[in-house]
Amino acid sequence: MNEITKELLRQVSDYQDGYEGAYNIRENGGCAGRKSTEHIRIDSKTDAPGLEIHILPGTKGETVSIPACVTQGGIDDIVYNDFYVGEGADVLIVAGCGVHLETGEPARHNGIHRFFLAKNSHVIYQEKHVGTGNGLGQRSIDPVTEIYLEEGSELEMDSLQLGGVDHTLRKTSGVVGKGATLIIRERILTDGEQQARTEFEVEMNGEDSSVNLISRSVARGHSYQAYRSRIVGNAPCAGHSECDAILAEEGRVDAAPELTANHQEAALIHEAAIGKIAGEQILKLRTLGLTEEEAEAKIIAGFLK
Amino acid sequence: MLTLKQVTWTAPGGSSVLKGIDLVVPDHKLVVITGPNGGGKTTLAKLISGLEKPDSGRIYLDETDITDLDVTQRARMGISYAFQQPVRFKGLTVANLLELAAGKPLSEDEACGYLVQVGLCARDYINREVNATLSGGEIKRIELATVLARHSKLSVFDEPEAGIDLWSFHNLIGVFQAMKESQSGTSVIISHQERILAIADEIVVIADGQITKQGPASEILPQLLAQESGCPQCMKKEIDFGGQPNE
Repeated sequence: MNEITKELLRQVSDYQDGYEGAYNIRENGGCAGRKSTEHIRIDSKTDAPGLEIHILPGTKGETVSIPACVTQGGIDDIVYNDFYVGEGADVLIVAGCGVHLETGEPARHNGIHRFFLAKNSHVIYQEKHVGTGNGLGQRSIDPVTEIYLEEGSELEMDSLQLGGVDHTLRKTSGVVGKGATLIIRERILTDGEQQARTEFEVEMNGEDSSVNLISRSVARGHSYQAYRSRIVGNAPCAGHSECDAILAEEGRVDAAPELTANHQEAALIHEAAIGKIAGEQILKLRTLGLTEEEAEAKIIAGFLK
Repeated sequence: MLTLKQVTWTAPGGSSVLKGIDLVVPDHKLVVITGPNGGGKTTLAKLISGLEKPDSGRIYLDETDITDLDVTQRARMGISYAFQQPVRFKGLTVANLLELAAGKPLSEDEACGYLVQVGLCARDYINREVNATLSGGEIKRIELATVLARHSKLSVFDEPEAGIDLWSFHNLIGVFQAMKESQSGTSVIISHQERILAIADEIVVIADGQITKQGPASEILPQLLAQESGCPQCMKKEIDFGGQPNE
């Protein structure tokens, strides 16, 4: 594993010369290290590039790390990872991705992750994306996330992209069963000429299912972001989505939330706000002794925290 | 000591709001500025803090002419300003805001200390975002806490009673009383409230852009109360204050 990979791993996950718990490190399309544990088994797929990860029922407090790094131009890496989370398990899954380029050639990582959560299981899923290096090639990260929640299960997804990725198309879909909960928090910062597209589609099919979708983004420079969300309530359920975007310099944001209620007892809410940082927020922080630039930086850092 | 000399300010529409204000605020005093709505009180508070610049006249903090200094520079010289309508932030927590105000990292005990001073059960609030989920009374008290955390030479409060309910208001008086006893700095409070006027060292009355009365509270307050019926806008008795008895 090269030093650049190690640095990327540190940025996207808790890498400290290795990982606690089960892990698989993907480097330029190959495997640079893997460990299964007593309760978590990681196997290569036989029909496609990627992994099958089985988490035994009742596994508690364990972590699975499956970071992926691309450190060379000209690579278009695609990987299919499936997670089978057993009944009553409660685990943390960390899936960071870093793309580093020193040349003009483009590179892409396309991770397709499927999560199958059995009854009453709970997963925190963290996904952090970065782009680094001085190369002019386009760094693309295009994750696809499919989430299937059985009765009483809960998945909390925390998705973070704070810079360096030139192009991203992020597709996340969920099917939420009876009494199950899906929480998604997304934070994106784009700058320069970067583009980010986010698409969410969640169907609540079970009684008392719920979804909470929170997206916060900052578009600076000449960057562009597009946000699409579709929440469908097919049962007595509660859906909430919230999309807040801050525009800085010449940044542009396009937000299109959609709510569909196919059941009388479906309660769906969407909130959206796009705009520059409010002048009075900057003024308040200036009365505390910050300069205008310091105030703006604090407001953005807090917003994306 | 804060000194204003012949300060004037005209609204963007062209109407003359302040028409030559001469004012001296001595150190370590609690001075309440009162007067009818539209008389120029908030403008005066903003001019002191640097949120607005005067058309003419000069403003001094001790011997320094601060007229041309901006908000940040004045804040760094020790001037604080509590907004009439506190600003909300998605993402910044109460603890974040207190640390920015203090200009240094605060321990949980220190941060909670400021919240306790403004009558908030600190641990319930310290990690909350300063967003729209806070009630008017809560955010108002957090605003006051950010000013306390600065340990300013001069603190300006623009209508601290505005937007809070009667129950919170009772606590607010206690906050200012405690501040008066413990803080070494000077406070300027813009207020209509009789009970805030009652704890002032000095009262300044501004009407129609000019100072019409100024002196010790013991002297000015009885005069204001005596003429209250003739000038209902000058004073709002506490009993008139709206809101529900709880939050």
